Amino acid sequence: MINVTIDGHKIQVSEGTSVLEAARRLDINIPTLCHIPGMDAEGFCRVCVVELVGARNLVPACASILQEGMKIITDSPRVFNARRQVLDLLLSKHNANCFACYKHGDCLFHRYCLEYGLQKSSYEHLQAWKPIDDSNPFYNFDPNKCILCRKCERICAEKQCVEALALCERGFDNHIAPAFDAPLGNSACVSCGNCLTVCPTGALYPKTLLSGHYNKMTETVCPYCGVGCKMGLLTHEGRVMGVQPLKGAANDGLMCVKGRFAYNFIQHPDRLKKPLIRKNGKLTEASWEEAYDVIIKAWNKAKAVGGGSAIAGLASARCTNEENYLFQKLLRGLGNTNNIDHCARLCHASTVAGLQMSFGSGAMTNSIAEITDMDVIFVIGSNTTETHPVIATKMRQAAKKGAVIIVAEPRRIELCNDAQFFLQIKPGTNVALLNGMLKAILEAGLENKNFINERTEGFNELKAYLDTVTVEECAEICRVEAALLRKAAETYARAKNAGIFYAMGITQHSTGTDGVRMVANLAMLCGQIGKEASGVNPLRGQNNVQGSCDMAALPGDLPGYQKVADPKAREKFSKAWGLPVPETAGKTVSEIFNAIDDGEIKFLYIMGENPMVSDPDLNHLEKVLAKIPFLLVQDIFLNETAAFADVVLPAASFAEKDGTFTNTERRVQCLHKAVKLPGEAKADWQIITELMNKLGYKASYSHPAEIMAEINALTPSYGGITYNRLENGEGLQWPCLNEEHKGTKFLHKDKFTRGLGAFAVCPYTLSREVPDTEYPFILTTGRVLYQYHTRTMTGKSAGVQEIAGEPYVEINRLDAHSLGIANGDKVTVSSRRGSVITTAKVVETIGRGVLFMPFHYSQAAANRLTNKALDPYAKIPELKVCAVKIYKA
Amino acid sequence: MEVTTTQNGVDLELLKPVLAEYAKVSGSLITILQKTQAIYGYLPISALTEIAAATGVAPAKIMGVATFYTQFRLEPIGKYLIMVCQGTACHVNGSEKLAQALSDELGIQDGETSKDGLFTLKHVACLGCCSLAPAIMINDDVYGNLTGDKARKIVQDIAKKTKEAAK
Repeated sequence: MINVTIDGHKIQVSEGTSVLEAARRLDINIPTLCHIPGMDAEGFCRVCVVELVGARNLVPACASILQEGMKIITDSPRVFNARRQVLDLLLSKHNANCFACYKHGDCLFHRYCLEYGLQKSSYEHLQAWKPIDDSNPFYNFDPNKCILCRKCERICAEKQCVEALALCERGFDNHIAPAFDAPLGNSACVSCGNCLTVCPTGALYPKTLLSGHYNKMTETVCPYCGVGCKMGLLTHEGRVMGVQPLKGAANDGLMCVKGRFAYNFIQHPDRLKKPLIRKNGKLTEASWEEAYDVIIKAWNKAKAVGGGSAIAGLASARCTNEENYLFQKLLRGLGNTNNIDHCARLCHASTVAGLQMSFGSGAMTNSIAEITDMDVIFVIGSNTTETHPVIATKMRQAAKKGAVIIVAEPRRIELCNDAQFFLQIKPGTNVALLNGMLKAILEAGLENKNFINERTEGFNELKAYLDTVTVEECAEICRVEAALLRKAAETYARAKNAGIFYAMGITQHSTGTDGVRMVANLAMLCGQIGKEASGVNPLRGQNNVQGSCDMAALPGDLPGYQKVADPKAREKFSKAWGLPVPETAGKTVSEIFNAIDDGEIKFLYIMGENPMVSDPDLNHLEKVLAKIPFLLVQDIFLNETAAFADVVLPAASFAEKDGTFTNTERRVQCLHKAVKLPGEAKADWQIITELMNKLGYKASYSHPAEIMAEINALTPSYGGITYNRLENGEGLQWPCLNEEHKGTKFLHKDKFTRGLGAFAVCPYTLSREVPDTEYPFILTTGRVLYQYHTRTMTGKSAGVQEIAGEPYVEINRLDAHSLGIANGDKVTVSSRRGSVITTAKVVETIGRGVLFMPFHYSQAAANRLTNKALDPYAKIPELKVCAVKIYKA
Repeated sequence: MEVTTTQNGVDLELLKPVLAEYAKVSGSLITILQKTQAIYGYLPISALTEIAAATGVAPAKIMGVATFYTQFRLEPIGKYLIMVCQGTACHVNGSEKLAQALSDELGIQDGETSKDGLFTLKHVACLGCCSLAPAIMINDDVYGNLTGDKARKIVQDIAKKTKEAAK
């Protein structure tokens, strides 16, 4: 500790404290325009100058570190005049047309100028006004308002790690610009908007000037991916005006383009406002009572014919924990069926199955904040910068600090620019790659023997199997160099702390569970699990897919992964609910559709899902949905699936209800109602409660907190996650066993959930459909940064549509050349199941013989082509590999 | 399929030896830019993009460096770069008139290149040969004690020689 004096106040501060930080602790206001809390001070703007007694010149408060005995004066006339001078010079270059400014009333620069008595500059404005750059569809840049604080440049380079901007030229010509002075819309910018968050003036501003003018900010959680960014929803008189990123544990104040700008769907005119009932083949508006009558009749009819096995439900990874809990309670308790599943079946079912077998629980073992402390980050089957943008920023921040990134992907993804190793594998060969890595590590003697002995079982069997393979043959299967594979494996094994991150590239295979178990093998072999900043991290796709799994929107589980097969667990829930929990195992998504096809299931309830775009082999699904006796869809839009419905119920978006979401790092966070519901729409939990009552069960939830209390009592891992605690804190990470438990930052410390970690022997097998002479290409599918899932939400944003509105297929340049296909050509892509026409995007980044299509677009749906061959354990379809042909349309 | 490394008349093949030597040496961006300019006479954008890919330095940052230093140019220049000294000694000895004479002769202003691609005119701060004021430098040669007419004559001679050599 050191002792200093600021304006006569004596204060003790720790070493390394800046004058600015110390002054703030004393509530002494020092103006600053370039300082970003938590980032290194650069001292660009010079507005924060103070007097250091004994020094000849004034010093910048942000960049001056205090030393023992220093005396600082912050309020002398000399300081005042110097600051005023700096502001005066900045003002001379500033277009002070504040009336037409987004930041009007909230502008730091304006406030400082007023505080220092400046209404206009005493210097002549010497330059021509420069044109506003409005080339980005989400925000504009007005260089005439820029005061060159460089915050935008620094947040872009150091936090977002995109480095789209730099300070160019010198003197009067000094300006912030993307590379080669290109328009922003044509630069490396990823439209995250994080520069807007830090801009102290209105130089960087959203397209809608009004979005800065709101009278209410509601703290909530982003409705898009699984990162769970904290944000403020800005509203004015009930209208959504914009989004303000907040500092949450997961996002540290950053957001991506979807959460930041694609909020237009909330109050879109296409929102469902009244229940719809199919009359004479047409969906017609009706009252809630009418709709409930039709539903209950159909429910009872189905049940009378086939009992519980005639009923099924698909829950939603976008609805809250409370809603998913109620949904499965309704189906299990009142529908007498375990036929409950949801789209997690299509994304991380193999994770839930595989990691449960290996570790005993299937979730990210580390927290997002730990990423920057990792030494090696192994990313396999995840295009993280596009699918989990804010997690990717953490990886890139880690790389800047010296972490080694290893990427294994069929495509040269953006993260490869930050990676030291890129293994461009053939789609469908993860298991071979990972076997090769295990073998390479054993050959180099880098396995963690202590960890293997003390914390795992099954190693000898694994080793015996690995004795039968060679690194070279594994490398050949994956089409990568054996030496590179060895080096990457050894780098991972040698790391002090290493994290593995994976997503659909591992899971969406007929060998998805094997892929997951191989990832677990790798981590256990090297002891890279159960430690801080070291573990296995499946990146969950949707905002609450972790939560909907936790809440048992799964056929074989009860909340908290208590097993349906376990009579004790069933008894516990039966007793609490006063309803019997059926014993018969339920069906998964694909099995549900097959059972509809067979006539067994007669009533399907879909809450907030759109299988008619997201599921494999859509041509088949289309026929099945047309066949179902009764389809109930509950959604916020009339999506592709709702077109087949008998009754459609208008539900609430995240902005219109309270509840909790659980993000990919197991963190439960509260969302809050910000605006009122459109028309007669109701929150999903209210709808389910009403349905329960109509079915004769007395449910009287008046707020999601009451549902959470029921969850707390029945779900050990959620035992201590109460609203009271959530509303007063940061959000808790399960397992959180009781009110005193602090939650769990990383899993499997000292002991795996299942006791010993289980190694698995997983020989490589071919994907179910491989290229042949008729269908010579491998098609793999994925996502793009700007779009989300089936576009029901992002599709409503004009900016998103402008940048990423059209479907396409990526093809290697050499393959395209040999087929006579040029960039932008219309092409037909066909598989054994269907055919779509789309646009060719000729690239160098994809391997030969491989095509890539984003699955978001219904107009050229990749899932008309995909294969519904299933993984035997997790029943996840092989969405990542099928055989196709491509030719000019 | 033929792989071409020529973009807009810029042969990127020429850059390869420079990148091979310096791309992975941190802190060598300025050296790379200098050597690139020595090859092409300026910094073509296609070359900067190539440098970014090879060094891992963001294109925006490279642009920041390239525009900060006056030694770097982003536009091609003429065969002869005429630097007209604007230092104190030259100024008091009539550099303004000298510069005007050159502008009139060549039909270009400060920073521009003549239509025939022979000359680029650039006003610079002190050339460091004040005893010769007013002075200019054409490529590596210094010409001192000039008048407007003398300067016209010099560029006329150069133009003539160059055209004859080309015949």
